[in-house]
Amino acid sequence: MAAIGSVMSAIASNALPTPAFDADSVRKDFPILERTINGRPLVYLDSAASSQRPLAVLRAVEEYETHTHANVHRGVHALSQAATEAFEGARERVRRFINARSTREVIFVRGTTEGINLVAQSYARPRLGPGDEILITALEHHANIVPWQMVCEQTGATLKVAPIDRRGELLFDEFLKLLTPRTRIVAVAHVSNALGTVLPVKRIVDAAHEHGAVVLVDGAQAIPHSSVDVRALGCDFYTFSSHKLYGPTGIGVLYGREELLAAMPPWQGGGDMILTVSFEKTTYNELPWKFEAGTPNISGAVGLAAAMDYVEGLGMEAIAAHEQGLLTLATAELGRIPGITIVGTASHKAAVLSFTLEGVHPHDLGTILDTEGVAVRTGHHCAMPVMTFFGIPATARASFGIYNTERDVESLVAALHKVREVFR
Amino acid sequence: MDLKELYRDVILDHNKRPRNFGRLEPSDAHADGHNPLCGDRLSVFVRLNGERVEDVRFEGKGCAISTASASLMTEAVKGKDKAAIGALFAKVHGLLTQQDAVPGAELGKLAALQGVREFPARVKCASLCWHTLNAALDRGASTVSTE
Repeated sequence: MAAIGSVMSAIASNALPTPAFDADSVRKDFPILERTINGRPLVYLDSAASSQRPLAVLRAVEEYETHTHANVHRGVHALSQAATEAFEGARERVRRFINARSTREVIFVRGTTEGINLVAQSYARPRLGPGDEILITALEHHANIVPWQMVCEQTGATLKVAPIDRRGELLFDEFLKLLTPRTRIVAVAHVSNALGTVLPVKRIVDAAHEHGAVVLVDGAQAIPHSSVDVRALGCDFYTFSSHKLYGPTGIGVLYGREELLAAMPPWQGGGDMILTVSFEKTTYNELPWKFEAGTPNISGAVGLAAAMDYVEGLGMEAIAAHEQGLLTLATAELGRIPGITIVGTASHKAAVLSFTLEGVHPHDLGTILDTEGVAVRTGHHCAMPVMTFFGIPATARASFGIYNTERDVESLVAALHKVREVFR
Repeated sequence: MDLKELYRDVILDHNKRPRNFGRLEPSDAHADGHNPLCGDRLSVFVRLNGERVEDVRFEGKGCAISTASASLMTEAVKGKDKAAIGALFAKVHGLLTQQDAVPGAELGKLAALQGVREFPARVKCASLCWHTLNAALDRGASTVSTE
């Protein structure tokens, strides 16, 4: 295992030549993209909400459900062993994907939201009290705000919020000022879902550790766009969802440093998370199963592993380069349309483009784009404080994935001209 | 789905120049409406003379459908009593949700909302103002939600 780990990190650290990226060939792997919407070819620009799944993932799930399924960690029979192997094999796949030290550090959860709630309730709640502080940023998704507010209510701790500027960048000096010996936990997005901002997570982690704070990174929007190495980042917790990484819904990952996880009490009680149970005393299972009560989402884990194989087959650097190309093109093209304001103009962004069109509510814009077959997200993106900061109720958001092409950007632009026509 | 059916000229006009827009002061009752899906908020203010709505105004930020619907509503309900307003809302609701509903003459300009029924995701945009008006008239709830 250690050997595989070192080989992988060696590969990750060597700058391999970027393989040619052929989005048209990628598109053939996604049957849903052949659909028409309102008689138009589907232009799917909502991968930041949920990405689509390639055949490799659909087939891996089908293969597991058709030929391998039984409950895991329970039976001596062949199927149970095969299912356990598939499930634990998926865990090892995840470990390699994020370069964790050990599979004991890889907890399967329902998604990012559950990952954050697990840390909030199992790490933070027993440790925090009045006078302690939790530090987040002003660009967090509700899922990285509300669980901490709940912990604050439960423990008497205080929630602090590091501000952003009008470009949607974290004011790092302000962040540093809010970082004090009272700060016990820092919880930040790796990439903002509403603005696309990539946060300087490594610098945040280093600064937080100097003050003795533990760092959780919400990686939901980062994981599909570039390679993530939790050891290089040095974060204490990292969590993400499968369905934004071209895998199934209902499964995600919480990475935690082993020392921290080992010292945390279980979050939910039930089967699989115990070693022995009597009515007097229960002994909890070892990591990672201590945090996985009940029968897990086995086929989801299998699908997630297949998705990781798929994207690594394309190459994370090639994916990042392709998406950055689309982001640059779309930013320039939308900038040429009168009345468009791009919301979130950080110098380092992932492939997320939030915008407003003067005189047109994003909801109307979304409806008109939909009649053209163009799927974008409109609304507050579960980041209402971000909308409040910019003084707008909502934005439209186009987000790009591995299957998007320059034609998709052209379709978006054409559809936006149609919106202007309707509302002229 | 025909965009021209949804965004009829009457809708676009009332979106651009909403009638009875702004706070009503003094007012006898008001209520706030909220659509958490899109973040839209609007407030409806009424001045009453017994059961009759003597004056009504609204303010808030919303999409074209919600703004136009609120604007059309204020024009339609001014001078009507609560019972007549209830009956009118039932007609509007039918128009928004039933495929075979034919707008009767009593709907007047509100008939322009007929196209909304082809866009199920937008029905709540059009009905938010009516729920908010009802809350103001009931004077029980101060905030209503579409969810």
